Amino acid sequence: MTATVKTYFGRLLPQLIALAVIVVAISMVFPGFLNLQIQNGRLYGSLIDILNRGAPVVLLAIGMTVVIATKGIDLSVGAVMAICGAVAAALITSGHSLAETLLATLAVGILCGVWNGILVAILDIQPIIATLVLMVAGRGIAQLITEGAILTFNHPGLIFIGSGSFAGLPMPIVIWLVFGVLIALLVRQTALGMLIEAIGINRQASTLAGVLTPVLLIAAYVLSGLCAAFAGIIAAADIRGADANNAGLWLELDAILAVVVGGTSLLGGRFSIAASVLGAIIIQAINTGILLSGFPPEFNLIIKAAIIVFILVLQSPRFRTAFTFVRLPRAAGKPTEREAK
Amino acid sequence: MKQKYLPLTATILIFVLSYALCVMQFPNMLSTRVIGNLLTDNAFLGIAAVGMTFVILSGGIDLSVGAVIAFTGVFLAVVLEQGGLHPLVAFALALAITTAFGALMGAIIHYLEMPAFIVTLAGMFLARGMAFVLSIDSIPIKHPFYATLKGFYYKLPGGGRITLIGGLMLLVFGVGILIAHRTRFGTNVYALGGGAATAKLMGVPVARTTIGIYALSGLLAGLAGIVFSLYTSAGYSLAAVGVELDAITAVVIGGTLLTGGSGFVAGTLVGILIQGLIQTYITFDGTLSSWWTKILIGLLLFAFILLQKGIIRLSRVERQHA
Repeated sequence: MTATVKTYFGRLLPQLIALAVIVVAISMVFPGFLNLQIQNGRLYGSLIDILNRGAPVVLLAIGMTVVIATKGIDLSVGAVMAICGAVAAALITSGHSLAETLLATLAVGILCGVWNGILVAILDIQPIIATLVLMVAGRGIAQLITEGAILTFNHPGLIFIGSGSFAGLPMPIVIWLVFGVLIALLVRQTALGMLIEAIGINRQASTLAGVLTPVLLIAAYVLSGLCAAFAGIIAAADIRGADANNAGLWLELDAILAVVVGGTSLLGGRFSIAASVLGAIIIQAINTGILLSGFPPEFNLIIKAAIIVFILVLQSPRFRTAFTFVRLPRAAGKPTEREAK
Repeated sequence: MKQKYLPLTATILIFVLSYALCVMQFPNMLSTRVIGNLLTDNAFLGIAAVGMTFVILSGGIDLSVGAVIAFTGVFLAVVLEQGGLHPLVAFALALAITTAFGALMGAIIHYLEMPAFIVTLAGMFLARGMAFVLSIDSIPIKHPFYATLKGFYYKLPGGGRITLIGGLMLLVFGVGILIAHRTRFGTNVYALGGGAATAKLMGVPVARTTIGIYALSGLLAGLAGIVFSLYTSAGYSLAAVGVELDAITAVVIGGTLLTGGSGFVAGTLVGILIQGLIQTYITFDGTLSSWWTKILIGLLLFAFILLQKGIIRLSRVERQHA
């Protein structure tokens, strides 16, 4: 047992170091950063804020990790977020109960995932293209539901999901923590994770070996759709309205970036949900850090770009072969340190 | 008819049919004014889509296009309004920067063996970030030369105008078609899309071609940025968001295979025109809302992906029976 725990944290070490370095760097520039307070039975502070604000990307990254592990990619998650936010807002304002609204919204997310999954698994369309269809059409569908306006609501139950708290933690954090742990246990305590990796490494071979490839592929996209639905509900509950134009805009790219920062290869076959969650938190910490430390936010994107390029260069097969003698097993954590300074 | 022409034919047929349907409902849509505006309004998208066609033909993808267009616009605005350079010099500078930017992405994709998707995604962040750094405000461009350029147009019978930028798009498509089908570079692009390993064995200079493809895409994105700045007379770092998706969509609707190796630059032009037509129809109708554009284009995209899948499967079956 200790051995597994050790290897588990060994795998996460680069991301943990990167996060620690970023947190230390920010707290040096902005002294109040590490302060935590309890007000009205809820934790407050910049650290909690990062975990809270990062909730949508963390959720999307969880689904995206599994999809990328199958050598796929899901470009539609931002649009699905917009659709689900619109559905939730539309249902709650038309007088449905909270339970009905949530169930229906999650069902819509699942449906979007089934659509993507069928295109990829049954019609055998490249994932980028298959999910592009929903990415292009999705925002239109969301606007159709909200009729082009920002659909506002003031149902206390739905708002609670965005700004309420449970056991001292904001609800969004509770949701992604519970969801992430459940999914991580599901894929790692069963053979599911291994089967998903098998598909990512060689889809044809795993089909021949008896893996139910189409079912698992569809399940991966369904999970991604479900995550996007959760993220959409949180985003809508946060602003107390559904904004079809801006909800989840470009979050698919942030989610992919989180997965990559987490060290999951875009070529499929190897994944860690915990690492992706850490990746998403690292990205959010960088965003918050740049904002707090008074850097002009314009530099945000450039720093993000520099980080992706750096991490990818270190991950690239060419680079690895050239530097096998130098050994860079923990290399993935280093660029972020450099960026944080 | 050869099977490779089937998607292109389908695209043209769909365009003609839908145009005919539009005209049946709104006879005014047949005027040269509408056609002229169709070209002018979509000029920047069309020019960027030519570059995207080459990238996709080679089996890659370029997500940085929209950001490069925005960067070029902001760059031009800053240089013209604060630098006092002549616009032609500024244009040359902008094109040099975007071409070098594209070439750099191509070099990273080739030499570091990284997926084009993620490299150009980083490129998108970088270009958009550079635009933000230059200016986060929308800067109007008041240079008199811009007014001169806007004054150039060819008057069609019936009151329509082929503006400078509309004409430039047609010219870029013409040159693009020549490059794709009449040059060694074009042949190499198709070969690369058919399979990088095979292309290498056949003696295609993979490194040079890959870098050339992304440099071309960068150059055309820069040109699209210039056209966009002429079209809007302003530079804004949040402009042209999502143009890369519209360009990819136009390429797919135009009948180019997203796996690479098969398709036509000419098809992309029709793909652009179909998207423009949907928008024009919605404007004419007046009761339909703009979001129907996105949904219709999404459906069209889906239909074309299915059509291409069908054709590929059909040709495989025939090959097996042959």
